[in-house]
Amino acid sequence: MKNKILIFFCALLMPFITMAQAANNAPEMATIFRSEGKIYVVIGVLSVIFACLVVYLVYIDVRVRRLEKKD
Amino acid sequence: MLNPVPRLDILNETIRNVYFHVPIWFAMLFQMGYSVVYAVKHLSKNEMKFDIISNQAAQTGLFFSVPGLLTGCLWAKFTWGTWWTFEDPKLNGVAIAVLIYLAYFILRNSIIDELKRARIAAVYNIFAFVMMFVFIMILPRLTDSLHPGNGGNPAFGKYDLDSNMRTVFYPAVVGWVLFSLWILDVKKRIAFLIYQKHEE
Repeated sequence: MKNKILIFFCALLMPFITMAQAANNAPEMATIFRSEGKIYVVIGVLSVIFACLVVYLVYIDVRVRRLEKKD
Repeated sequence: MLNPVPRLDILNETIRNVYFHVPIWFAMLFQMGYSVVYAVKHLSKNEMKFDIISNQAAQTGLFFSVPGLLTGCLWAKFTWGTWWTFEDPKLNGVAIAVLIYLAYFILRNSIIDELKRARIAAVYNIFAFVMMFVFIMILPRLTDSLHPGNGGNPAFGKYDLDSNMRTVFYPAVVGWVLFSLWILDVKKRIAFLIYQKHEE
């Protein structure tokens, strides 16, 4: 179950990874991240923060569950 | 988020990252400060409670350095043109500070005796905090940095924050610090539970 959740979140991150790679190869003018006044960088930053918080919450959840099982 | 912002070259709309990237680092500094205060308290009162709080605060601070670093990398990629540059003293300083704190956890976990662990960890914590402060806040100001406010200039001075941004930025700082306190509170409760179980 835990692994499934992890794989699910990894899959959620995939589009960002591929987008970042596309941005690396293309010339500077034509990238998604640099369009619209680079507003997508802000969106990227927000997604990174969100992903970190979700991962951390899952980690804390696992710890609490382990604590509950010990009873 | 949608407030008017100063229109700057290269940065463009990414100036809005100031609302997220910077308060996260402030929360990290706050947690590390919290941690060192309780380390000193532990050294003077010699109570395990304070050691647990100190350890948990350091963990929370280290957690905040992760999104801080990742958002910084992403931001740097599209404004400075690279994920990471060793030219910038602030980046190097942060890397060293994070490694120092990783060493703190390795040191902690390598000592089995509880009292000894708490004392040594508390002493190392004071050292780590001072080093982090030097590497992040002082050294970058002595040399040139890509970060605004370094290289002799006071931060948030003239061009990087106008009054419109301040109305968002300061509440964001307060919000992230309170958020970090919430995370710390949850972690503290878990740690106390584990400690009590261990004692019984």
